Amino acid sequence: MDLLEHQGKELFRRHGLAVSEGAVANNVEEAVAAGRQLGYPVVVKAQVLTGGRGKAGGVKLAGNEQELRDHAARILGLEIRGHRVKKLWIERASEIASEYYAAVLLDRSARAPLVMFSSEGGVEIEEVARRHPEKLARRHINYLAGLGEEEAVQIARAGQAAEDVIDGVAKALCSLYEVFCEEDATLAEINPLIVTPEREVRALDAKVTLDDNARFRHPDHEAYANLDLIDPLERRAKEEGVQYVQLDGDIGILGNGAGLVMSTLDVVAQAGGRPANFLDAGGGANAEKIRQATELILSNPAVKAVLFNIFGGITRCDEVAKGLIEAFSALNPTLPFVVRLDGTNAEEGRRLLAEANLPGVHPASGMEEAAKLVVALAGGQEVKG
Amino acid sequence: MSILVGEQTRLCVAGITGREGSFHTLNNRAYGTNVVSGVTPGKGGQELEGIPVFNTFAEAVAQTNPNTAMIFVPARFAADSILEAAAAGIELIVAITEGIPAHDELRVVATLRERYPGTRLIGPNCPGVLSPGKANVGIIPAAVFEPGGVGVVSRSGTLTYQIGKELVSNGFGCSTIVGIGGDPVPGSNFVEILELFAQDDETELIVMAGEIGGSAEEEAALFIEQHLSKPVVAYIAGFTAPEGKTMGHAGAIVSGSAGTAQAKAEALESHGVAVARTPAQVAELAAARLAKAR
Repeated sequence: MDLLEHQGKELFRRHGLAVSEGAVANNVEEAVAAGRQLGYPVVVKAQVLTGGRGKAGGVKLAGNEQELRDHAARILGLEIRGHRVKKLWIERASEIASEYYAAVLLDRSARAPLVMFSSEGGVEIEEVARRHPEKLARRHINYLAGLGEEEAVQIARAGQAAEDVIDGVAKALCSLYEVFCEEDATLAEINPLIVTPEREVRALDAKVTLDDNARFRHPDHEAYANLDLIDPLERRAKEEGVQYVQLDGDIGILGNGAGLVMSTLDVVAQAGGRPANFLDAGGGANAEKIRQATELILSNPAVKAVLFNIFGGITRCDEVAKGLIEAFSALNPTLPFVVRLDGTNAEEGRRLLAEANLPGVHPASGMEEAAKLVVALAGGQEVKG
Repeated sequence: MSILVGEQTRLCVAGITGREGSFHTLNNRAYGTNVVSGVTPGKGGQELEGIPVFNTFAEAVAQTNPNTAMIFVPARFAADSILEAAAAGIELIVAITEGIPAHDELRVVATLRERYPGTRLIGPNCPGVLSPGKANVGIIPAAVFEPGGVGVVSRSGTLTYQIGKELVSNGFGCSTIVGIGGDPVPGSNFVEILELFAQDDETELIVMAGEIGGSAEEEAALFIEQHLSKPVVAYIAGFTAPEGKTMGHAGAIVSGSAGTAQAKAEALESHGVAVARTPAQVAELAAARLAKAR
């Protein structure tokens, strides 16, 4: 789960990292109220679940109330990489002497946390790694020992922080590491981490990703779910416990197991089709779940044909067939379906489908054959089946 | 031979009295796996169709001497169950459980490294390990596979079954199928399993099925070129995955330009590994590579 900047900063503050004063605004009037309270100048920042806000005009400095009104009105409703701006963060402007970079992330290769720090911040970290590798410190942390102050000081030095803020940076790194561990984050990044003219070290931005698998330990994280900002179909899928990702094609896909579904999307694309979604019904999906998942796929108006690709392990093909039959009696879809059932109870599943004789449902025996068939059907070809 | 599991396996199952745990335990036993015991706290003294159940791994080890543990306990307790099995001296732990928090996995991996370096963890969030004709530890539908000379290592369950079917229909059997799981912090990675296949006499060719996210496939590519003389055929899922979206597995995500299927396929090919574009092509390439090797 990705957090908005202001949510990440709330976690930072909770763990002792300095952040600027600010307030959330959902409209221009709330922005103006925040400006009055904070005092000018303020920075108006779009709160969206994507990067590249600055370049898209989603971050602006306002020296007075009129400017704040203008910026807030323009940024609200802006679309940044497909995300419409619905929320602003109004923050007291900071004086900046230097811009640094700091992050803690889960390094999958090393299977350990990785702390990164650089005295070159404010630009993409990949660019820093390319242009100033000598100024980028990277250190893996022993998860059982944690990040100690002494080690944090070494990292700050290695990333060439100014001598008079070494301690301040080290303290910020320790706080950031604490956010990473105690909040069950997989990423906690600050870019830029600024040094003010008074030599205070402060987080000017926050990028935090929390681990969905750890939500049971953090009831307070429910408030960060940003349900109003995610795609309504993806939101519904989450509530129903299936993995759904909306894509931009016209062929609905349902399968069991993430790898097989990804592979199905690829094989459909190779056959010349464009998948409308990724949907993993999960292991052991019953008829009820298959019915719900079918309804989910069909509620995307772009879908012209649907492919079921099931290889039953713990999932039983007869349950999949029953779910599809239930979905047909509830929805009477007029779209063509291609259904490929293999593995556990496949024969029983195929028999149930043959007996039900659902209109427009075409059985297929292999994965590639199924992909070609659904691509032809989505293209409007008549296929006997 | 075969790797990890076989006739020598003596299995103890954590979570043996649960619905999934009991079903798959009996399934594994019916296949021929030697299931010696199970563990469920508070249910010590019970039996599952003749398999004794203990409260702790320590008791199960003392009484039944297992060398392999399978973890079927719910996600929030799974990390402690894995560490309990390691502390009891079990050398191979296969964790099927899905949804374990990433930080629990970090703690498990760090603890195994520091205190139990001789213990090998497969998974979590994996379908298990199958040596056809010998032993099945996990949820892989054994009927799909035949015994033979192809070693399979994969990050995905059902995709592996699909590949297994393609192999069988082209006349190939398997030495061992290893599901390493789809989580960001796997207990074992591709390279570690490739090393085992390299030393296994029965394995003539290795199939490696990867997917988007992380860089385990790229690391494997380098290892294969430098250390492996056996032919390898790879498959990567997720060419059509969009950036920034988790595709089912917690570990399957393209971040920026990192972790794409394209980059993985290119890395593998640049290190001399054949990369199939479809599951069916895996079997075709396997046939071609073996003909060349022989």
